[in-house]
Amino acid sequence: MSHSNIDVRYVANLARLELSDEEVAIFQPQLEAILGQVQILTALDVSGIDPTAHDSMVFGKMRDDTPHESLSPEAVLKNAPDQAQGQIRVPKVVTDA
Amino acid sequence: MTITKLRRQLLAGETTPAAILESLAGQIAARDGQTGAYLTHDLESALAEAAQSDLSLPLGGIPIAIKDNINVLGQPCTCGSKFLQNYVSPYDATVIRKLRAAGAIPYGRMNMDEFAMGSATENSALQVTRNPHDLSRIPGGSSGGSAAAVADLTAIAALGSDTGGSIRQPASHCGVVGLKPSYGRVSRYGLVAFASSLDQIGPITQTVEDAALILQAIAGGDPLDTTCLDAPVPDFLASLHDGVKGLKLGIPKEYFGHGIAPGVRKAVESAIESLAAQGAEIVEISLPHTEHAVATYYVLAPAEASSNLSRFDGIRYGHRASNPSDILDLYQKSREQGFGPEVKRRIILGTYVLSSGYYDAYYSRAQKVRILVQRDFENAFKQVDAILSPVSPSPARKIGTFSDDPLHEYLSDIFTIAANLAGIPGISVPCGTTDDDGGNQLPVGIQILAPRLGEAKLLQIAKAAESSESV
Repeated sequence: MSHSNIDVRYVANLARLELSDEEVAIFQPQLEAILGQVQILTALDVSGIDPTAHDSMVFGKMRDDTPHESLSPEAVLKNAPDQAQGQIRVPKVVTDA
Repeated sequence: MTITKLRRQLLAGETTPAAILESLAGQIAARDGQTGAYLTHDLESALAEAAQSDLSLPLGGIPIAIKDNINVLGQPCTCGSKFLQNYVSPYDATVIRKLRAAGAIPYGRMNMDEFAMGSATENSALQVTRNPHDLSRIPGGSSGGSAAAVADLTAIAALGSDTGGSIRQPASHCGVVGLKPSYGRVSRYGLVAFASSLDQIGPITQTVEDAALILQAIAGGDPLDTTCLDAPVPDFLASLHDGVKGLKLGIPKEYFGHGIAPGVRKAVESAIESLAAQGAEIVEISLPHTEHAVATYYVLAPAEASSNLSRFDGIRYGHRASNPSDILDLYQKSREQGFGPEVKRRIILGTYVLSSGYYDAYYSRAQKVRILVQRDFENAFKQVDAILSPVSPSPARKIGTFSDDPLHEYLSDIFTIAANLAGIPGISVPCGTTDDDGGNQLPVGIQILAPRLGEAKLLQIAKAAESSESV
C-alpha cells in the first residue's frame, strides 16, 4: 500500500459526483488523513486468509422461485421525479452523431 | 413509561392505545421543539391504527418510533437527506410488518445522520437534534433522534440501525438501552442500505426488558433478505432474570488503555465491580486487532456505501437537478445537490478503495484483516461468556466541536465498530453519569458483547448490569 495520492476530483467523477473547487479543497486533506490512518493495515500478515465478509456464516440460501406480489407501476411512479405515459422520463440518452 | 408497564395498564383497562398516543403527542408538542428528535409524526394515521389494536398481542397498543431510514408504507423516509426529502415509502420494511403483527404502532420518523453516516446526528441535512440531558450537546448518532426521544420520554421505545455503533453510542450518550443484534438475526428488507455486510436494525428502549420484547417481535428469518438467518429465535424473556453468577466476563486490555475519559472509566469500572459482586468472574482478555478494526471499518463501510448509494441517481426517485445538459450531467448535479459533505466524503473514499489499482491494497486487504478481527472474538469467547467495555471513550460532546475533523470522529468509534465487523451482538446499558466537563451530569453506557446469536445471554447480563445501576 503506497502512501495515498488520491485525486479527489478524478475519483468523484468515477462516482458521478460533481464537486465545487471549495469541496475539493476541503476533502483533499481530510481524505489523505483518513487514508494515512488506514496504512496501519499494511503491517499485518494476512497471507493465507481469504478476503470474505463473514468467516463462518452460511448465507445465500436459495428460496423457491415462486411469483409473489410486487409494487404496482402506480405505486412506483409516485416517487418518480418526472414521468410520461406510465413511465419514468429522463433526458435524451442517445445523442446525434 | 416502559413498554412493560404500559402493557400492564392496557390489559388492566387503565389506559387505551389512543390515550397513549395522545399523551405522547402532548409530550412531543411540549418538548421536541427543543430536542428536535422527530422529523415528522402522523398522529391521525397512528390513531386509526390504534383503533384496530389487538391488546392480546405481545406489543398490542404500543407506539414505536422509527428511525427515518426504515420504510413504513405511506410515510416519509428521508434518511436525514435532502436527496429523499419528498420520498414517500411505497411499502413496509419486514421489521415494520413484524412489529405490526405483534400489535405495535409505528409512530414518528426519527432524525439521523444523513444515510446513517456519523456519530452525532450533526450530519442530518434536515435538523439539529439535541441531547435531552444537556441541550448544548449531541445525542450521539447516527440513530440520535431515536435515542434522544426515548431519553426525553417523547417516545416509549424506538428502532434504530447500527453499522458501526449507531444504536449503542447514541443510547450511551442519552442514558438509554440500545441493542445491536447479531448480523443475520433481524431482516434488513426495507432498511435503506448503508454498508450491507455491517448494517443491523435493533431497539432503543428505556429498559433491557423492553429491548428483549422488541427483539422478540422483530427477530427471525425472512425470504426477502438472504442474509437473514433462519436460526431458531429463543424466548429472550425466559432467561432475563437468571443473573450472572458463575458467568465469565472478559475485559479486553486493549480497550482500557489511555484515551478514556476518567468519569467514563469510573462509571464502567463500578458497573464491572457490581457484576463481580453478583457472582460473575471477571477475566482479562486480549483483542489484539482492536486498533486495526477502525481502519478496516473505514475502508469497508465507505466501499459498500459507495456501491449502495449509486442507486441515488435522480432517475427513479429522490432529488433530480433541473435543466441538466444531458443524462451524465443529471446524475452528477443531482448527487452534488442532494448529498451532504459526509456522504460525499465517504462515497469518494469508497470509490477510491474499490478502484482499479487500489482494490487489492485497500479493500481486499481490509476484508482479510476483518477475518483477523473476527478470530480475536472467536478466541476470546473460548475463554469468556461475554465481553465488557465502555461504549464510547467520552461522554456526549458539544454540538459543532469536531465538524471539520472527520478522522478524530471516526476514531471515537473504536469500541463499537468491531462488533459489526465480527457480526456479533452488542448492547449499551446505562451505568452512571460523569461531569468530566464540569457541566451537567452526562450519561455513560457500558457495552456488553456476546458470541454470534447469543442475544439471550447478552440480555441476561445486561439485565444484571442494569439492576446494579438502579440499586
